[in-house]
Amino acid sequence: MNLEILGIMVLWTFLFGYVIVASIDFGAGFFNAYSLFNGKQHILTNIIQRYLSPVWEVTNVFLVFFFVGIVGFFPKTAFYYGTILLVPVSIAILLLAIRGSYYAFETYGARGHKGYSFMYGLSGLFLPASLSIVLTISEGGFVSIVDGKPVLDYWELFTSPLTWSIVVLSIVAVLYISAVFLTWYAHKAHDQDATELMRNYALIWSMPLIITASGIIVEIRAHNPEHFGNLLNLWWMFALSFLLFLGTVWLIWKRKHYGRAFGLLAGQFALAFFAYGFSHYPYLLYPHLTIYDGFTNKTMAISLVVAFIAGLGLLIPSLYLLLRLFLFNKDYVTGQHIHTNKRRYS
Amino acid sequence: MINEDALFYSRVLTELTLSFHIIYATIGVGVPLMIMIAQWVGIKKNDEHYILLARRWTRGFVITVAVGVVTGTAIGLQLSLLWPNFMELAGNVIALPLFMETFAFFFEAIFLGIYLYTWDRFENQRKHLLLLIPVAIGASFSAVFITMVNSFMNAPQGFDIVNGELVNINPILAMFNPAMPTKVAHVVASAYMTSAFVLAAIAAFRLIKGSDHIYHKKALYLTMKLGLIFSIATAVIGDFSGKYLAEYQPEKLAAAEWHFETEADAPLILYGTLENGEVKYAIEIPKALSILAHGIPSAEVIGLEEFPEDEIPPLYIHYLFDIMVTIGVWMMFLSFLYWLGTKRSWAFIHTKWFRWLIVLGGPLSIIAIEMGWWLAEVGRQPWVLRGIMRTAEAATSSDQVDLMLILFAGLYVILAIGSVVILSRMFRRNPVERELEDREADKGGVIQ
Repeated sequence: MNLEILGIMVLWTFLFGYVIVASIDFGAGFFNAYSLFNGKQHILTNIIQRYLSPVWEVTNVFLVFFFVGIVGFFPKTAFYYGTILLVPVSIAILLLAIRGSYYAFETYGARGHKGYSFMYGLSGLFLPASLSIVLTISEGGFVSIVDGKPVLDYWELFTSPLTWSIVVLSIVAVLYISAVFLTWYAHKAHDQDATELMRNYALIWSMPLIITASGIIVEIRAHNPEHFGNLLNLWWMFALSFLLFLGTVWLIWKRKHYGRAFGLLAGQFALAFFAYGFSHYPYLLYPHLTIYDGFTNKTMAISLVVAFIAGLGLLIPSLYLLLRLFLFNKDYVTGQHIHTNKRRYS
Repeated sequence: MINEDALFYSRVLTELTLSFHIIYATIGVGVPLMIMIAQWVGIKKNDEHYILLARRWTRGFVITVAVGVVTGTAIGLQLSLLWPNFMELAGNVIALPLFMETFAFFFEAIFLGIYLYTWDRFENQRKHLLLLIPVAIGASFSAVFITMVNSFMNAPQGFDIVNGELVNINPILAMFNPAMPTKVAHVVASAYMTSAFVLAAIAAFRLIKGSDHIYHKKALYLTMKLGLIFSIATAVIGDFSGKYLAEYQPEKLAAAEWHFETEADAPLILYGTLENGEVKYAIEIPKALSILAHGIPSAEVIGLEEFPEDEIPPLYIHYLFDIMVTIGVWMMFLSFLYWLGTKRSWAFIHTKWFRWLIVLGGPLSIIAIEMGWWLAEVGRQPWVLRGIMRTAEAATSSDQVDLMLILFAGLYVILAIGSVVILSRMFRRNPVERELEDREADKGGVIQ
């Protein structure tokens, strides 16, 4: 395997990590706000807050890691994507800022403030939309080179059905992933009501997910035939992904093995995500930038890989510790230690 | 082709974001160390007050971290959005420390989460201390790595340019450039100093406002002592920075000092104004600039006349330099007086007006940080990479930068108001007296 492939694999894996943890985060914010408005807050808020509190900052770092990494491994992306993405990414930063700060503000300052929760929930839906624009742009057709500088055609972008299909898919995926995860988490917390509610949401969002996902493939066929051809070559990965999806839905329908259901979901998205990534090879921005002409020099690539391995050596045990203490800790999940903390915060 | 508007607004937006970010970032680097020290003192002295101090600081720290994280994410992305040409070039050489910074950040985020949510899970205070060590290390090291990137922009090395192509790239050499040691040390030491004085200001403020609790007195003494140590360190490193500048970036030093002609026995100019190229109302300290620059009173210091007109930084940086140094020296003096006064039991240390001076010291230290960064950044104009790439060549060609500037300015206003309101409300609603009572009650509950 050459360094270009290794670099993009590393980054794609981290992006996948971000997609999963951020989806849980964004969706949870939405469900929390939604429950506040239809009076089911007492059922969900505790579960959601308890999970999100210790990890919101870590979620954000996954994203930082990705965008620092891609400029490191592929400096030319800074030139192409940096120039054209000013507006969409600035909006995403704004939404992230609302989430990050209001999360802390609400948790420590003004618990249960409806306005904050509403902003928080809403930003969770707009964020996947503003970030998924990048995926649309990478398909090509929206960027032209004028005077040696890339220029984004907004009109073309916003009138393209592909754009809106990807936006809808990203929102639906966020809600689905989050619902499945929170079903599992609520179940672990022995919170029957929350489990039932989240189970309903998970089942509700499963159908739109699979419909929009299939729709995208049709859109790409019209938009970028070359990419579509590559997608077809990987049909078996998508088929496998679909089987895993059926497994998740079946387990949730039958109300059993929620943990395993989430595992299947992770597998489903991993397969689809990587199949999409492979089919995009070798382009970072079709047809202007490939991973080969965008790649950094060899010395830098090697030192980045070394730093990455050393960093992972530090990170994996720490993440494991975090998960052990919060996600897989019975006392914490069931809220044995919450009551004393809460009083001190308020 | 340079888009003048985009260049101007990119500079303003970057300055705005960074100026806002460094307030929270400086606190983010310094406060974890203070928390760790308080926790350690608490364990060593077996004194509940210090442990509580660590906890209350942490609670406020979370809010500043949240704002620091989001503004940090903003500047991280803005680097590529506003300066795509710069990042494309620099990414080839300086990506390594940028990358390592995210690891330090990751590390800190994980352990901060653990520390925050395990307060009531471990009885043993030593375990809490162990959790704080990675938080403090992660915080300081993200400052170290990111400052390495900045020092590279001042003293780029670790590559050659042959026919416009980058060759012989050496990322390690780029990281350990000549500007690195003084810059990193100055940033870290001044962050510790500022954090200590900000925390001291809070303690002094509580004492003024009538809470005469021993807790606040302990907090004040601890932070003033730490502030004294770190302000001395900052000043010493500042002197080294002067020597670095004389050697490697003489135009920055000369502009900051209004030193026009190359000469020996160069005087240091304090304050004053510049009118039609004439320095007026300034205090001149003979030979001091030669000492600052080379450590020898008779040494020759390069003046601005040696540089082409279009490579000279704006001369207003002299004022920034003066303000920074004046505040630094003043804070060193103030904390020394406090420390000595406490040792000798001087009564005026406990008067209201003296405590007001300490309260003022918090914002003053932050102003000094801002001045220092503006001096460092404006002082390397017109270059974004000194000697290699001009700022004008680095900026984006996008037409929407002005709109984004308005958007972000609004965001920072909201974040500033939000964080101040939440922080003050958090502590006003739960004063230390009540928290101490609560803890007593909890303890009683455990024993029964």
